Amino acid sequence: MSSDMTIALSFLIPLAGVLLILVASRVNDNLREGVTLMTAIALAINVWSLIPELMSGGRPKLELFEILPGINFGFQIEPLGMMFAALASGLWIVSSIYSIGYMRANQEKKQTRFYVFFALSITATIGIAFSANLFTLFLFYEVLTLCTYPLVSHKGDEKTIRSARIYLGVLLTTSIGLLLPAIIWTYFVAGTGDFTSGGILEGNLEGPALGLLLGLFVFGIGKAAMMPVHRWLPAAMVAPTPVSALLHAVAVVKAGVFTVIKVIVYIFGVEHLFAEPSSGWLLYAAAFTVIVASIVALKQTNMKRLLAYSTVAQLSYVVMAAAILRPLAEVAAAVHIVAHAFGKITLFFVVGAIYTVAKKTEVWQLKGIGRRMPWTMTAFTISALSMIGVPPTAGFVSKWFILAGAFQSDNYVAIATIIVSTVLNAFYFLPIIFAVWFSREEPDQKLNHGEAPWPMVTALSITTVLTIGLFIFNGPLIALESQIVGIVQ
Amino acid sequence: MTAFQSHLPVLQVIVPMLTAPLVILLNQKRLPWVVATVTSLCAFAIAVTLTMSVMTGQTIQYSLGAWPAPWGIELAVDALSALMLLVVTGGSSVALLAGAQSLDRDIEHHRQPLFYAAWLLALSGLVGILVTADAFNIFVFMEISSLASYVLISGGSDKRALPAVFKYLVMGTIGATFYLIGIALIYLMTGTLNLADMAFRVEDVADRTPILLAAGFITVGLALKAAIFPLHIWLPNAYTYAPNMVTVFLSTCATKVAIYVLLRFDFFVFQPNLVGHDFQFTFFLLPLSILAILVGSSVAIFEPKLKRLMAWSSVAQVGYITLGASLLNVSGTTASVLHIFNHSLAKGSLFLVMACLGMRITQLHIDNISGIAQKIPWTMAAFVLAGLSLIGIPGTAGFISKWYLITATLQSGAMGIALVAIILISSLMTVLYIWRIVESAYFRQPKEDLVITEVPLPLLVMTWVVVLMNVYFGFVTDIPIELATGAAELLHGQTP
Repeated sequence: MSSDMTIALSFLIPLAGVLLILVASRVNDNLREGVTLMTAIALAINVWSLIPELMSGGRPKLELFEILPGINFGFQIEPLGMMFAALASGLWIVSSIYSIGYMRANQEKKQTRFYVFFALSITATIGIAFSANLFTLFLFYEVLTLCTYPLVSHKGDEKTIRSARIYLGVLLTTSIGLLLPAIIWTYFVAGTGDFTSGGILEGNLEGPALGLLLGLFVFGIGKAAMMPVHRWLPAAMVAPTPVSALLHAVAVVKAGVFTVIKVIVYIFGVEHLFAEPSSGWLLYAAAFTVIVASIVALKQTNMKRLLAYSTVAQLSYVVMAAAILRPLAEVAAAVHIVAHAFGKITLFFVVGAIYTVAKKTEVWQLKGIGRRMPWTMTAFTISALSMIGVPPTAGFVSKWFILAGAFQSDNYVAIATIIVSTVLNAFYFLPIIFAVWFSREEPDQKLNHGEAPWPMVTALSITTVLTIGLFIFNGPLIALESQIVGIVQ
Repeated sequence: MTAFQSHLPVLQVIVPMLTAPLVILLNQKRLPWVVATVTSLCAFAIAVTLTMSVMTGQTIQYSLGAWPAPWGIELAVDALSALMLLVVTGGSSVALLAGAQSLDRDIEHHRQPLFYAAWLLALSGLVGILVTADAFNIFVFMEISSLASYVLISGGSDKRALPAVFKYLVMGTIGATFYLIGIALIYLMTGTLNLADMAFRVEDVADRTPILLAAGFITVGLALKAAIFPLHIWLPNAYTYAPNMVTVFLSTCATKVAIYVLLRFDFFVFQPNLVGHDFQFTFFLLPLSILAILVGSSVAIFEPKLKRLMAWSSVAQVGYITLGASLLNVSGTTASVLHIFNHSLAKGSLFLVMACLGMRITQLHIDNISGIAQKIPWTMAAFVLAGLSLIGIPGTAGFISKWYLITATLQSGAMGIALVAIILISSLMTVLYIWRIVESAYFRQPKEDLVITEVPLPLLVMTWVVVLMNVYFGFVTDIPIELATGAAELLHGQTP
């Protein structure tokens, strides 16, 4: 099968899935969920089939049409987008398994709408990953914002709608108010917005203007949740947990940091930006977000909000790694997207599992729950350790590379930030791990329950295995991502 | 070109004009509508044929009664008028095709023949303005279209339309009178009414007071007709209380035709000849455009009546069109002309959705559409897409003209950056007022007793046709861009 066809199928499969889900929902729920799962599997196989071509240096593309002179609508796959698409489509399978258990056990309403918009969101995510230029990327970026709104506001009560409004408001305001001008500016000075190895701005934009454009991009990409445009992420926690897990730990937030890396590598050009002093602020802004978000996370008592702030901090890890502007650090940023995705999706799965069987949402309610849910809490422990960066977990690998990148340019700000934030991560995760396993259950909290339904436990076990797996088998991923900055291994 | 084809410019006006009195005689149930629709479609077909000839770059000229210009009356169709003809005849055809049931609700049966006759007169007046090359002829057609549209607006059962239309009538008449005074002054000084001839002869007398006065009268008079802020106050109520289909028709073209004449006069006749006119034009139009954009959008955010909300949004959108023109460069004018086309698509489809809603609920108020999307999913999905086009999200027609507008403003230096900021702020305001409706329709609980079904099929199908055109022209942009670029180059005196 030609790569053109494969790229087209990456969109047609989930869209066909949407139609089939709608049809199947008229028949019965089992069929609807079966269709979701089959669509996810078909999409993942299709997307993964592109990996060998990418590994051997191929850059398959699909040009659709020219909208305005110089502005095309088209797709081109490079290692970063390949990784992101493979990640999102792969985790969609796991998360579909999980959703089946979660949505049924909690007797959620409007499940068909849920599955339909979930599939649409994945389509938009693939679109972002495969975009050949800024215009196409922006289009799918906005589609993703709009498609996730019904998922965030799923519960439909007044409080949820208010949070969902913050979600939509922040994401649309930043994208239209900052990202769009940045894109137009780029097209204006460079005459193109195609993602090109080495960047397109060298020779077209120099001096402080470059730093300003970088600012428009970084804060315009609200999905990357850099402070002060991070507010939407805690607000989005009103969504059902599978949404928080796949979208607000993987697809949406990673679309944000993915876009940041992509813009730095393929629009600005790492070397061009490194040589320009006015771009230096980004590292400090990211470091600030890492530290402050970690401190805010310390104070959270609600599990999902704690994870949300932890995500804000971890996303800025990626941005900070990218802002070190050394080749190894760019690779580290890419790897951290994957490492954090595996860990954080597991943590959300665990929180959802606890909610499903015990209706517990707060940190202090979790004392002694490890004995009732040993599988689930083992997964929690391993993933939390990955967040801190303890071997043998995925988090260690990416932290190692970020540090290596920081040492390439003796960037002590980055090194210090990593050390401080590691300590802070330990401060908010270790007490929970301790309480879960070694504290006694409070008598009035006792509720006779065991593990969550099997689909949920299966899902969170798979992602835990992936977290450990990435520690051991990370060679292909690193080899692939090294291509983005031209390191040949 | 065959003999028949060479008569197309005059047929464009004559066909609807002569059918109008015939429609009055038809008293069968559906016949007036059928005849009016077929006539409107004929006019659209003529417009398409004319556009195809113009696309090759030529201007079609036609001398009435074979009297050569400047003595006889000349008709001329170029890229600008072709694009406008498509918008006007297209808007009328869509509104009629979609509107049989909607108009049945609004117009009593025995008055329908008269109503459709007025519709055709309005149509012939509007296309007349577009094809003629004669300044006085423009005035005549302007009066025909205005008088007919007063009838259309007040033709429904809503009595609140009467004060609204009276305001429109007073202001419209002042506008037309100003315009007449202007061309009278020019006639006094040059002895000609033919636009091309006028542009040529004004040069000799350009510094005389009557000409300067004429420029002022004509610009302000047309600004009144075009609802340019702060001369827009007739527009919101007129659009709100008119029958729904009339709003669809007029919102796509009525103000835009006045802008067309404004562009013709200011760029064609005054710009090349009057010293300092460019400066005056920019300083007259630019601040007003900015105010229109900001005030129109702000009012729309807080307006609970849906049609009024859309009308205020139109005030803001007219601001975009004049903003592009006031930049006085080719790309600004291109953006302006392009936005005439794209905004017609977006606002036309939004008002079609309003008409759909009007079929099912009596008061078009934001509280009355709570949860309505569950009952009429197709209608509201159309609203969302059309709303995205109005906001200017990529993948819709609205994005294309915003892109051109921003590119054009960036060419005017430091001021351009401020203008970009204003355009983006108002885009965000558009998000707000569109979102209020979306949220009410999708994410609120419907009232217990809300029992409604999806709207009649012809209405829904036409709404979707226009909505999908918004998407189509967001991706395939050659035709509108070619016409708009051609029009802008003509206006700036460059041969394409």
